[in-house]
Amino acid sequence: MSEVQIPDTSPARPGLLRQIWQSDLAHSFRQSKVTVVAGIISFGFVFIALFAPWIAPSNPYDMTGISVLNAFLPPVWMEGGDSRFLLGTDSVGRDILSTIMYGSRISLGVGVAAVFFAATLGISLGLISGYIGGRTDAAIMRVAEIQLSFPDILIALLIDGIIRSILGPGTHGNIAFIVVISAISLAYWVQFARTVRSTTMVEKGKEYVQAARVAGKSPGYIMFKHLLPNVMGPVLVIATINLALAIVTEATLSFLGVGLPPTQPSLGTLIRVGNDFLFSGEWWITIFPGITLAIMGLSVNLLGDWLRDALNPKLR
Amino acid sequence: MAVDNVSMQIDRGEVLGVVGESGAGKSMTGAAIIGLLEAPGRIAEGEILFEGQRIDTLSDDELRVIRGRQIGAIFQDPLTSLNPLHTVGRQIIDTIVTHLKLSQRQARARALELLQEVGIPAAKERIDHYPHQFSGGMRQRVVIALALCADPKLIIADEPTTALDVSIQAQIIALLRKLCDEHGTAIMLITHDMGVIAETADRVAVMYAGRVGEIGPVADIIHKPKLPYTVGLMGSIPSITTEVDELAQIDGAMPRLNAVPPGCRFHPRCAHAFERCHIDLPELIKAGSSEVACWLYDEKKPGKGPSVSRKETARKKKASAKAAEALPLVKVDGLKQYFDVSPPWLTRVLERSGRQIVKAVDDLEFTINRGETFGLVGESGCGKSTVARAIVGLYTPTAGTITYMPGENGGATAKERVAEFDDKIQMIFQDPHASLNPRWKVADVISESIPEDRVSADRVAELLRQVGLADADGEKYPHEFSGGQRQRISIARALGGEPEFLICDEPTSALDVSVQAQILNLMVDLQRRLGLTYLFISHDLAVVHHISTRVGVMYLGRLVEWAETERLFANPQHPYTRLLLQSVPDLSKIGMRRAPMAGEVPNPLDPPSGCAFHPRCPFVQDRCLSERPMSIEVDGTHVACHAVEEGRV
Repeated sequence: MSEVQIPDTSPARPGLLRQIWQSDLAHSFRQSKVTVVAGIISFGFVFIALFAPWIAPSNPYDMTGISVLNAFLPPVWMEGGDSRFLLGTDSVGRDILSTIMYGSRISLGVGVAAVFFAATLGISLGLISGYIGGRTDAAIMRVAEIQLSFPDILIALLIDGIIRSILGPGTHGNIAFIVVISAISLAYWVQFARTVRSTTMVEKGKEYVQAARVAGKSPGYIMFKHLLPNVMGPVLVIATINLALAIVTEATLSFLGVGLPPTQPSLGTLIRVGNDFLFSGEWWITIFPGITLAIMGLSVNLLGDWLRDALNPKLR
Repeated sequence: MAVDNVSMQIDRGEVLGVVGESGAGKSMTGAAIIGLLEAPGRIAEGEILFEGQRIDTLSDDELRVIRGRQIGAIFQDPLTSLNPLHTVGRQIIDTIVTHLKLSQRQARARALELLQEVGIPAAKERIDHYPHQFSGGMRQRVVIALALCADPKLIIADEPTTALDVSIQAQIIALLRKLCDEHGTAIMLITHDMGVIAETADRVAVMYAGRVGEIGPVADIIHKPKLPYTVGLMGSIPSITTEVDELAQIDGAMPRLNAVPPGCRFHPRCAHAFERCHIDLPELIKAGSSEVACWLYDEKKPGKGPSVSRKETARKKKASAKAAEALPLVKVDGLKQYFDVSPPWLTRVLERSGRQIVKAVDDLEFTINRGETFGLVGESGCGKSTVARAIVGLYTPTAGTITYMPGENGGATAKERVAEFDDKIQMIFQDPHASLNPRWKVADVISESIPEDRVSADRVAELLRQVGLADADGEKYPHEFSGGQRQRISIARALGGEPEFLICDEPTSALDVSVQAQILNLMVDLQRRLGLTYLFISHDLAVVHHISTRVGVMYLGRLVEWAETERLFANPQHPYTRLLLQSVPDLSKIGMRRAPMAGEVPNPLDPPSGCAFHPRCPFVQDRCLSERPMSIEVDGTHVACHAVEEGRV
């Protein structure tokens, strides 16, 4: 999506870029100032996530680079602040700004991966459910409905707990990523499946699908060649909105201590760790990751809202 | 600019027909008169006079007094022009009270009168019913009653019959005509259907690309059109009375209103265009009893106008000549197609209701011969599309067999239809906007039907040329084409697998008449060149009459009559066929007054016993109520009717 949102003015491929810049979507993007700001911030986060090791002031997880002597330094503008640590340091002397950058990288990575898997699962099941119908549809949709009647975070906690108990406690550190990602994606596939199913049911009644059936094409071919491209619009919207949700869910899991460990801290882990020092005066350890998480969630959400409105012909 | 310099006049008690293809600006003109133009639309120039008073400059409040009181409106879709949350009585009474100084009680009495006048049976009870409890035709009557509330002097009727079946359409037309005669109401009838105009209108205005091209008495416009466009338009309309080998064809399509050519807007499609047409925009010029906007009729250059070339040739090229050597290609035997529309199991148990079965097709039997065009007609919901889908294999029949090539290697029945026949039977769909995947390039769409080992760019190009498109069109997406061109793409796709048998489900009903003529001519041409057999399904009798060698008439899932085209149209047997032929609006029925047959198609969920047609049949007897008629052959016509069998008709 970022190639749609961020118009690149370099003349490398003027034809395509000009087309994108002049498209309806780009136009509605430029119309809304809030969306432009949200887009720029989101792009900033993507940039930070991709290049954290090169742009962060220090590597907070390189034990040789940190010193306990620098612990609990306040942000630079406060009394006792150190210009090397813009946003202060934590209990072991790590630079807060750097931990936030690395944390954003992990949060965003987990979010994108979770949404990707949730979307893949949801789209496949939605297509099958909508196209084949009957009992297959009933079975898939009942599972989805049961899952919908529990809060997402509860589902994620449950799945997380199950996976952990199966794998045993010892292996946890290494596979924490996989556990969190699968917990979140299994909690979020339902929305994709339901949306894709309803769009599929509309599209499958159209005559181009019947023409393909008359031509003797297989259901798999019709689903992926004909229906998939035509159901992607709403999926894109849900994916964006769910990305914000997934990031927040991951932070919640980490905050509750079942997400990512302090050795690979996401924003949620940082907030949890810092939480212990909130009332002893070192508020910056938890507040800055918290603000970062809020801004990240908000800007992605705003983008999702805009995309929903822009792709909905009724609101145009 | 949507509508440009349109001048017309409607006299008291007159029906002015406004015709034109979609996008010609007909509805816009109507909306302008009642002040219902939606932003960004506005009247930039000109004036609208109503009884000598200028109304286009009135404020909204002043206009509201005139609208409804003096000018009524009837719109196309009776489903959306009534508020579903109020009873029809409430809606009519509210309108009456708004415009006339009547008490509720008096208003109700008047509402009742109106409903009776527009022909709603049992109006006393029906007045308290909600719109969804009425059928489409009845709803349109209610809409008409609503327009008549304050006894207006002018009614703007925008496509009032387009959403209705022919037999209902005839009833509504007769009703409008009656109101016009009895109340002296002037009606502006906007429609794309020349048949409706022929029967209803006194004068006709032909619109093209936002301008009036020709205006004159109905008989002149139909029989002696002067504008080259009208000439082409009249020639492109198939009729149930005349036979032509090929319909007159106007190439191209009407320009979009944001891209009109300079000079006369019709000149790029006009065979008679000369230099002046490219530069100057013609105004209406008096020519005989009509007025024409065409330089051919300008005094400075008295040209001779084009004449209608309705060649009434015998159909020697039509496949009917081959009847002697008729080889059956498809044999449909005892076909039944039922659909289970029951509520879910839990609901059925709780409400103690049984299963509900719609018998969409019930015991159908016919054969289609090689090289012929078998036309299947009937009103909406009669099951004709279901037949198409069953034959092509989209549905598995509930009972009965469909045999392809009977007698040749034993044929194949529908259930055992195998891949080798997939290529032989193809289908053309109704809606050219839904039948092409919007995300696929045209070349990919067409390649889909070509067997994989034969897919090549050359083959795609060949198919495109066959249907009159250019090679380069393969690289475009469907949305870049007009409706007619999309239908050509759809035909090209169907031809990809070199089929022998094409099923065409209403292939032209979404198209304008001039485009319809192009597609019909293309289909006839392809049939001749490729030796195709068609099953042509349509609700339009004139189109079926034009293209078919044999015709079958369906009513509520059954074939009531089938015969060779000439025989069926000249000498219909079944009472339903007679009703249809009598109802269909046609160019030949100018100013015809008649009493159309009453009644509507029953609910297919609960079809009448015995002969399904008996509630509407004038020849009904006790036997028809209980016993279902079997098909018999009378003079080469197959007909399923007790009355015909007993010689009572």
